Parts: sequence; structure tokens; C-alpha cells
Amino acid sequence: MLYALCFLLFMIGLYCAVVKKNMVKIVVGILIMEYAVNLFLVMLGYRHGGIAPIIDKSHLESQAALNNFVSSSVDPLPQALVLTAIVISLGSLALMISLCIRTYEKYGTFDITEIRRLRG
Amino acid sequence: MSIPLPAFVAIPLATAFLLPMFGKRGKDAATVVANIATILLLVFAISCIGESGVYEIGKWPIPLGINLVLDGLSSLLLLAISVVSAAVMLFSAGYMEQYTAKPKYLSLFLLMVAGMNGVVLSGDIFNLFVFLEIASLASYALVGFGCGHEELEASFKYTVLGTIASIFVLFAIGLVYGNTGTLNMAYISKAIQNSGMNAGLGFAMALFIVGFGLKAALVPFHAWLPDAHPSAPAPISAMLSGVLIKSLGVYALARVVFNVFGVSLAVGWLLIALGILSMVVGAFLAIGQWDIKRLMAYSSISQIGYVVLGIGLGAMLLAKGANPAWASLAILAGLFHLVNHAVYKSLLFLTSGSLEKATGTRQLKEMGGLAQRLPFTRTTCTVASASIVGIPPFSGFWSKLILVMAAIQAQYYWIAAIIVFVSLCTLIMYLKVQRYVFLGELPENLREAQENGGTMLVAMVFLACLCVLMGLLVLVPSLRGSILEPAVTVLTDGLKYSDVVMGM
Amino acid sequence: MQGMTIIVKTISSWVKVLIVLFGIYIILFGHLTPGGGFAGGVILASSYVLLMLAFGGEFVKKDLPLSLVSKLDCLGAFMFIMIAILGLVFGGTFFVNFLVDKYGQPLHLLSAGTIPFSNIAIGLKVGASLFLVIFSLSTCCKAGELDSH
Repeated sequence: MLYALCFLLFMIGLYCAVVKKNMVKIVVGILIMEYAVNLFLVMLGYRHGGIAPIIDKSHLESQAALNNFVSSSVDPLPQALVLTAIVISLGSLALMISLCIRTYEKYGTFDITEIRRLRG
Repeated sequence: MSIPLPAFVAIPLATAFLLPMFGKRGKDAATVVANIATILLLVFAISCIGESGVYEIGKWPIPLGINLVLDGLSSLLLLAISVVSAAVMLFSAGYMEQYTAKPKYLSLFLLMVAGMNGVVLSGDIFNLFVFLEIASLASYALVGFGCGHEELEASFKYTVLGTIASIFVLFAIGLVYGNTGTLNMAYISKAIQNSGMNAGLGFAMALFIVGFGLKAALVPFHAWLPDAHPSAPAPISAMLSGVLIKSLGVYALARVVFNVFGVSLAVGWLLIALGILSMVVGAFLAIGQWDIKRLMAYSSISQIGYVVLGIGLGAMLLAKGANPAWASLAILAGLFHLVNHAVYKSLLFLTSGSLEKATGTRQLKEMGGLAQRLPFTRTTCTVASASIVGIPPFSGFWSKLILVMAAIQAQYYWIAAIIVFVSLCTLIMYLKVQRYVFLGELPENLREAQENGGTMLVAMVFLACLCVLMGLLVLVPSLRGSILEPAVTVLTDGLKYSDVVMGM
Repeated sequence: MQGMTIIVKTISSWVKVLIVLFGIYIILFGHLTPGGGFAGGVILASSYVLLMLAFGGEFVKKDLPLSLVSKLDCLGAFMFIMIAILGLVFGGTFFVNFLVDKYGQPLHLLSAGTIPFSNIAIGLKVGASLFLVIFSLSTCCKAGELDSH
């Protein structure tokens, strides 16, 4: 059920990126899509009643304690994927915003229907 | 193997991080260092022909850690990327003098090369995504490098569409992880063979085709390419059209479809349909263009259609269970056309850059009669045009011939007819270029146009010689057996990729 | 960009030190607690953003010359790739954790080998680049033009 809500958020972001005419709104739409995908990835690793995947001394005492830890902690791999994805989206966001600002300096507007010198 | 595989990624990355420290005064030193890096990569790529291996990063064993895999397809693409990037780097040593921030350009260029090498070598699907993003972000910045009106608009359009494609790919990777529990391509392939496709994996496959198809500029998703390639500086157009859309788009698509998921009839026909659509739409839209780089950009869309048609035909024949020799002939045609197109399309864009620097314009109607003023540019442009049209003995003829032969052998005569028809359209568009640029009358303002010398010339002549010699790749059996056949075997033995990687 | 009132200026110059200290803590303990290089780098950058909001862009440009920040940025990235290549030289495989035998046992003071050094390099690079990005984006065109839209 939560996955369906996550997909709905993705679709909202996609609608915003495709339909809107203001450049900054398109960028915000892309951001919403990225949040939705990050949320989806984190939800993949969740386990009901799970504990944080950080080892301390009590877990290293015996093999049984270690097995217990492994079977009850949430999956840390999607969290690493999401960290990387957040950094990548930060980089592309910085690039898109600086393109918006430079375009505003040249054309004086944020409206993409007026920024159309390339045709055909 | 002799050369550690991470060198292909570490050398351009280290050089890219070192170059911005040079600043404006060290511009020439920075150019020399960058050229040394690309030529070193070319030497390494040539010495890796025919080898294969798996390199585990950090000594973590395979399902736990990231690995780099070198097999036939990867070494073919590494060779193409290194050749084109070495030539383009030589060219940009002379061409980029007119822009102000040259060390930053060189650093971004090397980041793009590192990203492409990483995509081609990666054995882990999330690592492929990370390197895809590195190369894409560097290319978004490079397209808008001049910061003029057109470049900014083209760069924004390209950035938005490319980012949406990458988000689709990330979503698909999440779906694959949720269904199989691992990120290593060999282990994913094994898990899918054991459990079969379900709805989630089918949706992931569709998202992969859309995402990688947008990066490869297949026709429903091609809207960014005709704006991005003309507005970028000429060496960047050459890199984008020559290797970026192939290594990020076509290679990733082939790897995911053949080796990870396995071919199926629906996917094969879908690839054939996308290929034919791209070929026809690209050719028709190119004939009516008056801007030389925009014409070449549409022609790129058309030629990528050839490659995807070849690969799709092979996929469909494999899925149908037909004679495997037919499938490997189709895939050989597609891959050979990929390598050929990398060489002659980048040469075409480099000659258009040389024309733009000499005459100051990109419109066909304002040029004319430049045959005497620019002899070297004229010769190389004619060689490249003859290759792309398919005149023997240049390289393009052989790849188109093999593709037509593969279509006829599989008894799809209508596909062969479409290929020949689109080749005629390609002939028309390049005759138009030749007539308006080199023949005809020399306009008044171009009487003093000078030939560009130095490194720009060396790069163009190098690529032109390759255009002539590439036909030998498929005619001489020993060259074909060591360079092209391993790549074809990797794709036709699709699902055996996982056994090969886990066994090494 | 103009600065703000004198109360804000005084307090922010004290608080800046605390923010930098917190950022360094997050970077150095990256292998034990959540955070690491990227998060700590963002916190380091935000300390200078606080200064920029309180004092104005011109003051920060005189205080921390952009060429120095640019060179720190390259240095951080270069250090990271050097650690990876040193793994190749000393350990035999690219990026291997070559200090983990001597210094890398869990539950000791110096655990996890080369990971703290990677974290420091990343923190330096991310802090420098994020500061450059925010500084360039906020001082590029006149503030009045964007407000009127």
C-alpha cells in the first residue's frame, strides 16, 4: 500500500516536470521525482520491528547473538544506495539551477515558451 | 591480466581532479597533461584486446563487493572510446583557444571519459548507474559551455530530459533489487533464471528501455538531441554523437537485455520497431535542415537506428530459436556499425568545427565553393561522407552490407528494403552538404578563409585514415576474430554471462 | 548582498565556531555513527553560508578568497583518489583498505583503517564545492531583479 503512495508521488513529480511552463517549477518537479525514488529505495530495506544496523559489543559476543542481529536489523544496502543518489541529485540540481539563472540573465524570463530560438 | 582494470577509470579521474589547479597561466601545461592522459588510455585499451577478466575492487568477494568485468563487448567499446577521445582531445587543443576557461573544459572532458569507461567496465548495476550519472552530468555542463543563448536553452532541455531518464533507471534498479535481493549483474541474471519474470521485473525492463533509450536518442525520446548537438562546441558534439550515446545508451541496453534479463520475443520486436522508426524519422528530418550540425545530429539519430535494428534483429532471432548463425550475423552488423559510426560521425563533427572556425557560420546557405581554400577539411569531410553513405571501399559500406545480408538471410525482406531506402536518403543529405559547402560559388566574405593547421589537422587526418582502414576489421579474419567476434559471442551467449563471471 | 543587524553579526561569529566543530565531529566519526564525509562537509559549508547571510557577500569574499577554496576543492578530490591508488600500491588491489590489519580491528580506538582519511578528503571537497556553489548562485545577479518576478 505504501508503495502505491510512493508511486503516486513519482507520478505527481513527472506531471509537474512535463506540463509546467516555468523553468523553476520544472526543476521542482524533477526534485519531487527524485524524493519519490529515494523513498522507494529506503522502503525496500525495511523490516517490521527491525533495529538499526549498527554493531556494538553485545552483538559480537557469540555466533547466536550475531545471527540474531543479522535477522532482525533493517537492510543497510538500500541506505547506501540512497546516500549516493542524494549526492548525485544535489549535483544535478546545482547544475539545473545555475542554468536557470544564466538563462534568466540572457532572456529576462523563466517561461520556456518564450525561450525558443532553436526550431525545426 | 597485465593492466589493472581500475586504471581506465582512475587515470582520467586523477587527471581531471588535478587540472583545475593549473589556472589560467598553466593553460598549455594543462593541455599537454590532458593529451598525455588520453593517449595513455589509448595504449592501455589496445593492449587489452583479446583479454578478459574480473577485477574485484578492495578484495571483497563478488556478491559483497563491486567488480569490474572485461569481456569482448567491453574491450570493443573501450577501444572505440579511447580512439575517439584521443583524437578529439588533440582537436580541442587547437579549437578551444577561443573559449576562456580551458582547464575546466579539459577537466570536465576527462570526467566524461572516466564515466564512459566506468559504464563499459562495470559489473554491478548500481555502479553502472553512478558512472552513467558522472558522464551525463559532465556532458550537460559541456554542452552549455559557451554560455550563449542557444547553448543555454539546449543544455537546459538536455539536462531535464537526461535527469528524468536517470531517475527512471534508478527506479528500475530499485525494482530489480527488491525482486532479486542482489545488485551484481551476474547474480541478478542467475536469480532471474531461477525464479522467472514477474510483473515487477517486467515493469523494470520497460523502465530500463525508456531510460536507456532516452540516453541513446531513439525516436520517441530523441527530442533533446537536435538541440544539444549543434549548440555544443564542435569537439563536444563529436564526443556526444560519437561515443556518449553509444556507451551510455546502446551498450547499457544491450547488456541489460541480453545478459541480465534474457531476450524475449516482445523485447526483440520492440527493439526492431524502435530501430526502424529512428532510421526513417531521422533520415526524413535531416534532409530538410539548413544548419550543418543540425543535419548531422539528425543523421546520428538515423544511424543509431541501424545499430539498434541490428541488435534487435539478433535478439528476436535468438528468442525465436532460429539458426544462431543468423543471429550472430545480425549482431555483428550492429556492433560493427556502432564502431564505424563512432569514427566517421566524430570526424564529420570535427570537420564541421573546422569549417565553423574558418568561416564563422554554420548555415549551409552562407557557405560555398570552399574546396580550394580548405583542402584538408574538404578531403576529410568527403572521406567521412563517403563512409557514412556506404560507398566501397570505405568502412560504412561493409557494415551496411552485412546488415542487409543478415536481414535477407533471416527472410525479412521488408527490413532489407527499408535499410536500402534509408541509405539512399543518407546519400541525398550528404550530397546536399557537399554541394552547398564545397562546390558552387565562393561568397565575398569568405575569400580569406584559412585552413586550420596544427593539432586540429592531425586529429582529422588520423580519423580519416581510420575510416579507410576500418573495413579491414571485418575482412581480415584474424582481426575480426580477435576484436569483433568476442563481442558478438558475449551477446549471443546471453545468459551464460553469469557463469563466465562467477567462474573467473 | 547586505548584512544584517549588529546583534546577528556578533552571535553568528560565535556560533560559526560551534558549527565548524560539529561538522568536524561528524566527519571524523563517520565510520562509527551515521554521517561521514558528505554530511559533515555540508555542515562545514553551512557555517560559511551563515557568515554570508549575516555579514554580506563582499565580506566573505575578502575573508576567504575564492581561489583558495577552489584549490582546497581540487586537493580534497585528489587526496581521495590518491588513497585509492595507494591501496593499489600497498595492498595489491585498487581501493583496498590497506591499514585494516594493523589499525582496523573493531572496538579499538583506531578502527577501520583508511576510512577516516577518505572521510576527511570527502568532507573537505564537499564543503569547499558546496560553499562555492551557494556563493556563486547567490551573488551572481543583482538581488532586486529576481525579487520583481
